Amino acid sequence: MPQVSLTRRISTHESQSVTLLLIAVALSYLVLFLGLPLYAVFYQALSKGWKLYWEALKEPDALSAIKLTLLTAAIAVPANLVFGVAAAWAIAKFEFKGKSALITLIDLPFAVSPVVSGLIYVLLFGAQGWFGPWLQAHDIKLIFAVPGIVLATIFVTFPFIARELIPLMQAQGKEEEEAAISLGASGWQTFWRVTLPNIKWGLLYGVILCNARAMGEFGAVSVVSGHIRGMTNTMPLHVEILYNEYNFVAAFSVASLLALLALVTLVIKSLVEWRAKSNGNPLH
Amino acid sequence: MKKPLLLTALLSTLLAAPAFAGEVTLLNVSYDPTRELYQDYNAAFSRYWQAKTGDTVTVKQSHGGSGKQARAIIDGLEADVATLALAADIDALAKNGNLVPDNWQSRLPHNSSPYTSTIVLLVRKGNPKNIHDWSDLIKPGVAVITPNPKTSGGARWNYLAAWGYALKQNGNDQAKAKEFVARLYANVPVLDSGARGSTTTFAERGIGDVLITWENEAFLAFKEFGADKFEIVAPRQSILAEPPVTVVDKFADKHGTRKVAEAYLDYLYTPEGQEIAAKNYYRPTDPKVAAKYAKQFPKLNLITIDEVFGGWTKAQKEHFADGGVFDQIYAKK
Repeated sequence: MPQVSLTRRISTHESQSVTLLLIAVALSYLVLFLGLPLYAVFYQALSKGWKLYWEALKEPDALSAIKLTLLTAAIAVPANLVFGVAAAWAIAKFEFKGKSALITLIDLPFAVSPVVSGLIYVLLFGAQGWFGPWLQAHDIKLIFAVPGIVLATIFVTFPFIARELIPLMQAQGKEEEEAAISLGASGWQTFWRVTLPNIKWGLLYGVILCNARAMGEFGAVSVVSGHIRGMTNTMPLHVEILYNEYNFVAAFSVASLLALLALVTLVIKSLVEWRAKSNGNPLH
Repeated sequence: MKKPLLLTALLSTLLAAPAFAGEVTLLNVSYDPTRELYQDYNAAFSRYWQAKTGDTVTVKQSHGGSGKQARAIIDGLEADVATLALAADIDALAKNGNLVPDNWQSRLPHNSSPYTSTIVLLVRKGNPKNIHDWSDLIKPGVAVITPNPKTSGGARWNYLAAWGYALKQNGNDQAKAKEFVARLYANVPVLDSGARGSTTTFAERGIGDVLITWENEAFLAFKEFGADKFEIVAPRQSILAEPPVTVVDKFADKHGTRKVAEAYLDYLYTPEGQEIAAKNYYRPTDPKVAAKYAKQFPKLNLITIDEVFGGWTKAQKEHFADGGVFDQIYAKK
């Protein structure tokens, strides 16, 4: 017995120094690659004082970029919410042919470069694209206008919610739903009273990630935007434009707003994780 | 039935621009370094147009590499006017989708270029690598910053200016010129997609020893970053760059903005428009304004694309089309 406790003591002693080392490595990595850039963004944004910072944000082109970003997220996130729940439901609760193909397709936007995601829409809906002549004949503008930006954003962000829900719903199985149905609940009742409460934290988590990406997407949106100031510039695109115009304070002011959104997202995400855990519903 | 209706309603509210009487919006799709020029010019034109007609005109801007911008217009970016870096990019608008007529360049004076510019070299203060002319750019250990000729108009002027210099040095020997330009591009560590991207690479990120760029862009970098950081080196010989402007007929007619769009371009040729160009370091074509600002611009020997390369259509096909000389040079690297 004493021997056992001795070895255990040694092993904890050893692992403690290893733990410390690991923590130190992880921390300095975080500071170097996350903390420092974040500090730099806010430092640059405020380098000429709060007044200029505020002015950069309420300038009409900046406001229009902020509005467009919020609008895009407000359409893309609910769309992907509906799609994500439906896809995860189908995949987790039913057996059907081509299921693995569907899962692969859902992952596609993660796999292709955002630039390609944008170009797909130019090839489809651009004036020289497949549907271009028809769209022009009917005076419908998709590319280089708000709908194109929304489409590209939906494409890039659609795996987030489905990917979050599929493993969760698969792990939960379908016994509870089967029980509800056999007790006479309708499909909708089963969804609202059984499935949704089970997945709500995972769903919220997916929505948060999806929203963060929808607001921050650069590559795909850049391809379909046309970069018209005050019309088709989202916040990330506006940051690039301001930077290219040597307007560094304004560029970093808008960038800091995006960083702030990311920080808020992180806080909410941690809260959700914490709530989920304390409810006995760990997310992963 | 219900859903599509709702969707259409939502989309149309999103897309419908508020249309008041006497209010016109123009979209000017331009190349990279004209941001500051058109910021000033648009404000002046709005004042002029309002005084003349009582209508308010708002000019929206989109900027990027000239080739990229032409591509976007072809793909459906509905520009009322295009103010690009070189004629070949507007030729592309004529060839793809008939957006402008083939004779677009003869519609306005001076080959439709209200202002001209040239290509100069920008080096770091004190000129540590001793760069005085094109021949210094192919020395080993000199990092040259210039954008990608495939997407940037300025980059194509840069390339042709270097080629023109090498031709002159070697008694019009095309093979020697090609070798010279190939050695120059071997010294280029990064090709940005537009002239402004290259300027920030050079000035802000501190990469490279020399930036080949528009004269106006060099002066602007001078102004923005301070004269204590850079020096402008005017090579003995460079190229006369003529950035052309045009109404994009198809879209201007569709929007019903042709009259304003034409007035917008005409105003560029007036003394007021020429002054604004000169203040933004573009060389005015109006002789009076040019004489007034003559001291601002270095005097150098300028070749023209028509003399040396037989015009843009030929130069574009030979040098910059897929499989052209630039591709051969750059693939070897």
